[in-house]
Amino acid sequence: MKGDTPGALGLRLWGRGMSPTYARADSSGLGERRRSRQKAMNSDKIDQIINTHQGQASSLIQVLMEIQEVNHWLPREVLEKVSEQLEVPLSRVLRIATIYKTFSLTPKGRHEVHICTGTACKVRGAQRVLDKVQNLTGIKPGETDMDDKFSLETVNCQGCCTLGPMMQIDGKTHSRMSPAEIADALKKYE
Amino acid sequence: MPRINSAAELEELRKSILAQKDPDKPCIAICAGASCLGLGNDKVISAFEEELRKQSLEAKVDIRATGCHGFCEKGPSVVIYPEEICYLQVTPADVPEIIAQTVIGKKVIDRLIYTDPNTGAKVAQQSEIPFYKNQTRLLIGNSPKINPKNIDDYLAMGGYAALAKALFEMSPQEVLGEIKLANLRGRGGGGFPAGSKWETARNAPGEEKYVIVNAHEGEPGAFMDRALFTGNPHLVLEGLIIGAYTIGSGQGFIYTRHDTPVLRENIDLALAQAKEYGLLGDNILGSGFDFNVEVHLDVGIFVSGESSALMRSIEGKAPEPRPKYIRTSVSGVWDRPTNLNNVETWANVPQIINQGSQWYSSIGTERSKGTKLISLSGNICNSGVVEVPMGTSLKDIVYDFGGGIPNGKQLKAVHFGGPMGGSIPASLIDNPLDFDVLTKLGASLGAGDMLVLDEDICMVDLARFFLEFLSGESCGKCVPCREGIRQMLKILTNISTGKGKEGDIELLEDLAEVVSEAALCSLGRSVAKPLLSMLKYFRDEFEAHIKEKRCPALYCTRS
Amino acid sequence: MSKIILIIDGKEVEANEGMTILQAAQSVGIVIPTLCHHELLEPYGGCRLCTVEAEVRGRTKLVAACLYPVEKDLIVRTKSQQVDKIRKMILELLLAHAPDSRELQDLAKEYGADKNRFGKEPSFCIHCGLCVRYCAEVTKKNAICFIDKGTTREISFIPEIAAKECWNCKECFSLCPTEALQAAFVLAQALAFPAPTE
Repeated sequence: MKGDTPGALGLRLWGRGMSPTYARADSSGLGERRRSRQKAMNSDKIDQIINTHQGQASSLIQVLMEIQEVNHWLPREVLEKVSEQLEVPLSRVLRIATIYKTFSLTPKGRHEVHICTGTACKVRGAQRVLDKVQNLTGIKPGETDMDDKFSLETVNCQGCCTLGPMMQIDGKTHSRMSPAEIADALKKYE
Repeated sequence: MPRINSAAELEELRKSILAQKDPDKPCIAICAGASCLGLGNDKVISAFEEELRKQSLEAKVDIRATGCHGFCEKGPSVVIYPEEICYLQVTPADVPEIIAQTVIGKKVIDRLIYTDPNTGAKVAQQSEIPFYKNQTRLLIGNSPKINPKNIDDYLAMGGYAALAKALFEMSPQEVLGEIKLANLRGRGGGGFPAGSKWETARNAPGEEKYVIVNAHEGEPGAFMDRALFTGNPHLVLEGLIIGAYTIGSGQGFIYTRHDTPVLRENIDLALAQAKEYGLLGDNILGSGFDFNVEVHLDVGIFVSGESSALMRSIEGKAPEPRPKYIRTSVSGVWDRPTNLNNVETWANVPQIINQGSQWYSSIGTERSKGTKLISLSGNICNSGVVEVPMGTSLKDIVYDFGGGIPNGKQLKAVHFGGPMGGSIPASLIDNPLDFDVLTKLGASLGAGDMLVLDEDICMVDLARFFLEFLSGESCGKCVPCREGIRQMLKILTNISTGKGKEGDIELLEDLAEVVSEAALCSLGRSVAKPLLSMLKYFRDEFEAHIKEKRCPALYCTRS
Repeated sequence: MSKIILIIDGKEVEANEGMTILQAAQSVGIVIPTLCHHELLEPYGGCRLCTVEAEVRGRTKLVAACLYPVEKDLIVRTKSQQVDKIRKMILELLLAHAPDSRELQDLAKEYGADKNRFGKEPSFCIHCGLCVRYCAEVTKKNAICFIDKGTTREISFIPEIAAKECWNCKECFSLCPTEALQAAFVLAQALAFPAPTE
């Protein structure tokens, strides 16, 4: 029974240097492969971001956000470096990195699919869009597919409710989507 | 840019800006609000730029990307000045024709103007379109006329005159008096009188005090603050500086979302330009008053819009709320007196100073003054941003401005305030837009987001949806909120999947009561509000799900 | 430091400015139940079990005694129908997670809480945060933290730090109201899978 607790699942994977979120998405060992591929992250840029905020504990959220923007995810070793350089305990770095939806502790696929599940999109049929995308990609929100092609996330209201139901792929907006249009939209991505 | 050192120099500058503007020069104002951009207005903007270049008209025709005009439903929207001809649903293919026919030929293209869906009548001028015509656009009305990236446009419209008036003609005490007399109430959701809040912060002991613009706008379906702030950032900034002067604060913060790149860019530019003119920074307008502003960003959690959680974020800590047994006006950021208001509240300040509290309090109802921005979304013909005087009936908002319910469906309810608000059934929509009336009906106005629901919406499912949203957006610190949400969500999921049982409604009510009384912060104490309002007005729907295993709206699937 | 006179359960109590209701009550032997409170730690206000009625100038509010500062003419009622109802519900919500906790069971008896009112939840942790806060504030090791948010919030040891710091400490175990189960278990999990050394 103990093994089934969410804590246990999360921690097994913390231990392997991964995140609980990742754990839930993938427990097949695929992570190792993906992590090694992601070694070529933008280290210089990351160092640059961290260095400009050295010793500034109050810049923690800003620093993580800038790293997320250039690297699309926050590798464990980067979090450790942030903790050292900003002089913030690693526990607080992890706390911040796991509380905000924007931060990802796992690598993303080549294309990021965001589906708005705000109220207006919901009443205009966001669930049907989400179902269809899940169907076509085989992944659930928070997951990345086996080919590292798509990562799927639901996002909160984007403030363009007239476009609902709305989906964004790599930042490009697809508005007033019918389930039929989704397959065409996804096909365009390699 | 020259630095302005006095009120007289500000007026000089304003004159020189106006002198350079030719009122007859054609200008193409293209809406670059979130919805219009999503509908492809970025391509329309480039098409106009390209076409003007091709025809070597760049010197003869101005072009500006503006903030949201409001009529999002019919975007992308383009207005040609000076005639103010409004074209809707514009595509890049229409661009050469617009330039040839309208900008040069001064002729209206019938195909692109507004057509009344009922009468078929055509309307060319933006301000004559029924959607705009009956609004009172005190706050957002200038957005189509302003390039938010250029402070001179704001100055040309009389911008920063209120700041000069406050700094040179009024004492902080007098400014405070005006705000209190105007009875300006907070637009963020609480409806708390801004003047009292300012006064508490002003009188609180301590040298260092802070003022904050809350531009988090995390409620799903709320987008009016983003529209206003993106389209007219200096209006908010001017209000903030006046507030800082009144309260005695030297440092301000703007807290907004990271996922609104245009807003971020416009805020940064506005701050930089205001600083260069000496409207921000040291010795503002030569008055001796110093004030600086920093921007902080939320990176994706709803609870960080709660004022004490927001303040923890500014300190670089996890956004966990703190109990406000000592008010944040007395002990906020770094335990110093901090006054927080939302975007729309600050934006109201300059006009109150310019035109006086008496003028301001002539608009609205007895206890809710001024206009209110409403973002209309959901099952409504015209989604968009509407500005109306307080006291306008909800019915007028839905039918006159919103154009009614699409697809021949019936109105079921309107929902205000998202996951912390409440629903009002169609039978009660003759009620006015008013802080206290709505609260009495069990649906607080919230930030002004009005979600319109048609007969196909299942209220059980909607209550479940809001709790599902909150389960991932609360901080999870206190037991009533975290566990209360967990259990209410479980019960509602059961009810909506046909597994509800006798006693579930009573258990939900018990949970709602405890969460509302014992949770740590205002978010926690509000999470049960939507559910309670739906149980109040749509109890039979919950009962049908439980007793008859039937969803009256035919939405819920049962296994 | 100036003295403040307030009334707790009908009794006049003298307290120092800056004290909380809980401290003032404890100073005269009035018991207010708590789960997340610890005298060595900063007040937290997470469990809300210490909710009491506080009446100021004729207005009554429900407040957390561990956080609410004493003030002049404050009237506190540590027990009332409403307070008991809240405490009972809080206990029931927590018993869904930790039905075997001695501490919760004792309180449940006192407040008539039914441990089966809500279905079982698959985690012992009741998020009192004693382990996390003790590790940060007293031992200053920061080996354990909260992760995630809302209903998916958890406590988590950080393996790299735990491997170095926890063997000789384990002081947090005895603080756990679910009888060390969660803290000890989570630590074991973390250490069983040490981080890869690269």
